Amino acid sequence: MRAWIVTLAALASLASGPASAQGFAGLGLEVEGFAVPAPDPDFDFPADHGAHPEYRVEWWYVTATLEDAEGNAYGIQWTLFRSAMRPETGPGWGDPQLWMGHAALSTATAHYHDERLARGGVGQAGVRTSPFRAWIDEWSMISHAEAGADALSALHLSAAGPGFAYALDLTAEGPLVFHGEGGFSVKAPGGYASYYYSQPFYRVSGAITLEGREIAVTGQGWLDREWSSQPLAPTQDGWDWFSIVFDGGDRLMAFRLRDREGPDFTAATWIGPDGATEALPDGALRLTPLEEADVAGRPVPVRWRLQLPARGLDIETTPLNPQSWMPTLFPYWEGAIAVTGSHAGRGYLEMTGYE
Amino acid sequence: MHGAALAALLSHWRRHPLQLAMLLAGLALATALWTGVQAINAEARASYDRAAALLGQDSLVQLVPERGQTLPEGVFADLRRAGWRVSPVLEGRLEAGGQRLRIIGIEPLTAPPAAQPLPIGTTGIEGFLAPEGLGFAPPATIAALGDAAPLPLNSAPDLAERTIIADIGAAQRLLGQEGRISRLVLWPGGEGGRPLSEIAPGVIAQQPQPGGEVARLTDSFHLNLTAFGFLSFAVGLFIVHAAIGLAFEQRRPTLRTLRALGLPARTLATVLLAELLVLALLAGAGGVALGYGGAAALLPDVAATLRGLYGAEVAGALSLRPGWAAAGLAMAMLGALAAAGTSLWRSARMPILAPARPRAWAMASDGTARAQAALGLVLLLAAFGLALWGQGLVAGFALLAALLLGAALVLPLGLSLVLAGLARAAGGPLAQWFWADARQQVPGLSLALMALMLALSANVGVGTMVGSFRAAFTIWLDQRLASEIYVTARSEAEAEDLRAFLAPRVDAVLPIWSVPARIAGERADIYGVIDHATYRLSWPMLEGLPGVWDRLDAGEGGLISEQMARRAALRPGDTLRLPGGWEGLVLGVYADYGNPDGQVVIANDLLLALYPDVPRLRHALRVPPERIGPVMAELAGEFGLPEGAMIDQTAVKRFSLEVFERTFAVTAALNVLTLGVAGLALLASLVTLSGLRLAQVAPVWAMGVTRARLAWMELARAVMLAALTAVLALPAGLALAWVLLAVVNVEAFGWRLPMLFFPWEWARLLALALVAAALAAALPARALARRPPAEMVKLFAQER
Repeated sequence: MRAWIVTLAALASLASGPASAQGFAGLGLEVEGFAVPAPDPDFDFPADHGAHPEYRVEWWYVTATLEDAEGNAYGIQWTLFRSAMRPETGPGWGDPQLWMGHAALSTATAHYHDERLARGGVGQAGVRTSPFRAWIDEWSMISHAEAGADALSALHLSAAGPGFAYALDLTAEGPLVFHGEGGFSVKAPGGYASYYYSQPFYRVSGAITLEGREIAVTGQGWLDREWSSQPLAPTQDGWDWFSIVFDGGDRLMAFRLRDREGPDFTAATWIGPDGATEALPDGALRLTPLEEADVAGRPVPVRWRLQLPARGLDIETTPLNPQSWMPTLFPYWEGAIAVTGSHAGRGYLEMTGYE
Repeated sequence: MHGAALAALLSHWRRHPLQLAMLLAGLALATALWTGVQAINAEARASYDRAAALLGQDSLVQLVPERGQTLPEGVFADLRRAGWRVSPVLEGRLEAGGQRLRIIGIEPLTAPPAAQPLPIGTTGIEGFLAPEGLGFAPPATIAALGDAAPLPLNSAPDLAERTIIADIGAAQRLLGQEGRISRLVLWPGGEGGRPLSEIAPGVIAQQPQPGGEVARLTDSFHLNLTAFGFLSFAVGLFIVHAAIGLAFEQRRPTLRTLRALGLPARTLATVLLAELLVLALLAGAGGVALGYGGAAALLPDVAATLRGLYGAEVAGALSLRPGWAAAGLAMAMLGALAAAGTSLWRSARMPILAPARPRAWAMASDGTARAQAALGLVLLLAAFGLALWGQGLVAGFALLAALLLGAALVLPLGLSLVLAGLARAAGGPLAQWFWADARQQVPGLSLALMALMLALSANVGVGTMVGSFRAAFTIWLDQRLASEIYVTARSEAEAEDLRAFLAPRVDAVLPIWSVPARIAGERADIYGVIDHATYRLSWPMLEGLPGVWDRLDAGEGGLISEQMARRAALRPGDTLRLPGGWEGLVLGVYADYGNPDGQVVIANDLLLALYPDVPRLRHALRVPPERIGPVMAELAGEFGLPEGAMIDQTAVKRFSLEVFERTFAVTAALNVLTLGVAGLALLASLVTLSGLRLAQVAPVWAMGVTRARLAWMELARAVMLAALTAVLALPAGLALAWVLLAVVNVEAFGWRLPMLFFPWEWARLLALALVAAALAAALPARALARRPPAEMVKLFAQER
C-alpha cells in the first residue's frame, strides 16, 4: 500500500492547490474503462515490472536506511508515480499517462526533498522493461541484473535535488515477495484492492551528497511495486504504513487504513529471511500512536507502538527525523525509523491524511 | 480677505471669457497631446510586458534554436534527462474566423512558475490536457471567433488580444508542427551538469529581456512618439504663456488697487498661485480626457503599425492607467507654472504705487532679445556639435531639440533684422510706419511666432523625412519585388510539381528559400539566390565589392542587409560567420527597409549545402506582364492553391505601402495638431496685442487713415510676419529632416535614406501658415475696424 491517493490527488491539484483526499474531480470512485485488480494474479516478469497503463495508478517506490563510516544514520526515498487520465498510451503529448517523481534524503537533523512532474509519450519519464529502466528527468532506476536473474535484483538508483543527491547500488539478497493473496492486496472490507509485490532484501552501497559533501554509505533497501485503479473507500482518510527490516533477518510490511466512520482496516505481511510470507488478516495488527510532533503546523504521530500477537511482536518505533515531511503537491510524512522492543531493526514509515 | 481678493481677481475672467477659453484650451491641448502619446506608449509597453511576462521571457533564460524556427521536441527530454530543468514552448500564427491568432503552446507540468500564465484551476489539468484540447483566450477574442474557434476556449482576461494559450500538444496539432517546439524556458538555476552544446547542439541560451525582444525593437518607435508629444506640449505652452501674461498685465490696475487696500503681497501671490493651479487642474483634467479620447482613436493605427513593422501585438483597446493620467495632470501644473512664472514673480514684487503699464509686458528689452538670440546661437552650435560627434538615439533627439529651440530663439532677432531692412527700403510714410510698427510688434508676438516656427519646421522636417522615405521605399519595393508572381507550395512534393509545371510556362522560377537564424546574437534570416538577371539588374545594393554577383555565385560570401551591417558593424570585405561554422566574406550591403530582423543572402547552392533541411516552398516567378493573369489562373486550376499562397507583385506592393502609410499616420496627425496649436498661439497673442496697441494705432487714425484701412494693414502685417517666419522655418525644417534621416532613422531602424526635396509641400505649408495667420488676425482686425471713433478719441484723453 503506498501513496495511492498521493498520486491521484497531487496530479489533480497541480493548479488548484491541495485537494482533499477524495476530492479528485472526475475520478471519484468510478472506474471508467480502467482495468480492476482481480484475485489470483498471474504475474509475468519482466513485463509486470513495467507500466500498466490500463490501470489508473502505479508506482515504483524505493526506501533505504543507510549509515556512513562514522555510524551516522540516513534515509532515502526514490519514487516514481504513474497516473493515467485514460486507460491507454499514445505517442507524443497526446499520451494520457502522467508521471510524478519524489526524492528525499533525511538525516537526524535535516530533510531534503524534491518533486518532478512529467507527461508520458515524449521521453521525459517512463519505465522500460528490457533492459529495465525507470526514470523521470535525470532521476533514474536502472537494472544491471545479470541475464536470467530478476530485473529488479540489481539496480542503480540516482536522484538529485536542492542540497542533496545520491547514487546507490541495490543488490537483492532474496526473492520478490507478494502481499495479500499472492500479490492481490485488499485495502478495505468492501473489496478495494491492488496488485502489490516488493523486493525487501536489498543490500545498499554507494554515496550520498549533502550540501556538496560526498559521503560513502551502506544499508538496507526496500522496493514496492503496486498498481490499481481504485482509490480508497469513501470513508478512509489516510493510512499509516511501515516497512521494517529486523536484525534477525525477518521483514515486516504493515499498514492501517484509518476509517472516519467504521473500524480501521489493517493488514500485514510477515516475511521470513528466505522470503517465505505470511499474510496477516484485518485486525491482526494493533497500532498505537505514542507521541505526536508538530510537523509543518499540524500534529503528526511520530512514535508508534506496533503489536502483532500472532508473531509475538511488540515494538516501538522512533523516527530518525520527526520532521520528515514531504511538502509536495499532496503532502505526507515519509521517513526512516528505528525499532526497539521485542524485535530490533530499522525501517520506513509513511503517513498520509494528517491535514 | 482671501475670498474677496480671489473674487476680484476672478472677475477678470468673467469679463474676458475668450482669454479664459484660450488659456484653458491651450493648456488642455498641450496636456492632451502629451497625455495621448504617453497613453499610447503605456498601452503598447504594457502589452509587450504582458506578452513577455506571460512566458517568463522577461525573467527567464530561453533556449532557442541557433537557426530555424523550431527544435525537435526530443531536445526537451534529452535536456531533462541530463538534469536541465526546462519546459517547452511552441508559438505560431494561425488564421481562424478571419483573425490572425497567436497560438502559444505550453507544458503545464514543467513550466516554471514565472512562465505559468494560466488560470487552469477552474477546469483542472485534465481538461487542459484532454484530447480535444482547451485553450485560453481573452473574452474579446473568444467573442470575435465565435464558432470559428479552433478549439474549445476558456476566458482569460489578462491575455493579449488574439492570443490563445493551449497545451503544447494541442498547439502542435493546430499549427501543424507535430514533434516541434519553438524554444525551452529554463528554470532559474536549472542548468544541468553537462554543457548545452554537448546535449543539444544547435541550441543556444538567450538571456532574459525585459519586455521581450519586441520591446527592444519598438523602443525607437516609442521614443519617436514621445519626442513628438513633447514638442506639441512645448508648443501648447506658448499659448498658455501668452494668455496668462496678458491676464496679468490687464489686471495690473486690479492688483494695484488690492494692494493699496491693504492686501499683503504674500497673500496676493498666494491667491494668484491658487488661481493658476485651479485653472491648470481644470485644464489638465480636460486635457487628460481629451488625450485619452485621441489616444483611443489613434491606437488602432498605432497597433496596426506595430504589428506590421515589428510583429508586436498591442491591445486595440486603451485602458485608463493612473500612471499617465497623473503624469498628464502634473505636466499641466508644471507647464502652467513655467508659463506663468515670470508674471507671478513680477506681480508678487510689484511696488504698490507702480504705474500700471500694460505695454511693458509686450516690450521685451533689446537686451532680452539679444540674450535670447545668443542662447539660440549657442544651441545651434551645440546641435552642430551633436551632429558631428553625437552617438545614439538620445543624442539624436538632443540634436533635434537643440536645433529646433535654437532656431526658435534666434527667430525674433532674425525677424527684426529683416524688418529693419525692409523699413529702410520702404517708400512713403505709411509704408515706413507699417514696417516700423511691425518691427515694434515682434517682441510681443515673438513667442507666438516661435511656436509657429516650431510647428512649421517640424512639419517641413517630418514631411521631408516621410516623403523621402516613401520615395526610397517605393523604389526599393520595385527593386526587391521585381518578380511578377510569388507562390508558396504546401509541401515539398507539391513544390517540386510546381517547379516542373511552371518551368515551360514562365521565364524563370526563382527560389525564395530561407532559414531563420541567430547571427551575432540578432535574429536574422539567411536567403539563397540563384544566378539570375533579376538580381544583378535590380537588387538595391548600397555598397559592394567589385564583381559582387560572380563572387556570390561562386559561394565566396554573402550579402547582408543594411540593418545587419550597422548592428553587427560589418562592411564589405569583413568576415561573415553563419550558424554551423561556415565563414565567408561580406560581399555587399543592400537596403532592406521595414524589416526589424537582419538578413543574409548567399548563393542558393551554398544555402542547400549548409542547411539541407531548408524548406523549399516559396518561389518567385518571372513572367511577361500579359501572362500574369493566365499563369495564376493555370496555377489555381492545376494545384488549387489556397488564398494567400499565390500573390502577384501589385498586391504585395499595395500591402507594403499600406503598412508604410499607416506607420506615419500618427506622425502626420501629431503634425497637423502641432500646426493647429501654433495657430491658436498666434490668435491668442494677436488678440492680446490688439487691445494694447490702440495707443499706437489711434494717432495714425487721427492723422486720417481710415479704420478699415488700418484693419487691413493689421491683417497684412500678421500675414507678412507669418510668411517671414515660414521662410525662416524652411532651413530649420530641412535641417530637421536631415537629422531625422541621417541620424534618428539610422539609430532607430538601422537604415539611412537619401534626402529629397518637396517644394510643393513647402508651398502648401506656407499657404497654410498664411491662412492660419490671416484667421488669427481677422478677429482683432475686425474689432479694430468696428471700434467706435469715440473710443479712439478717448485714448488721447485717458490717463493710463
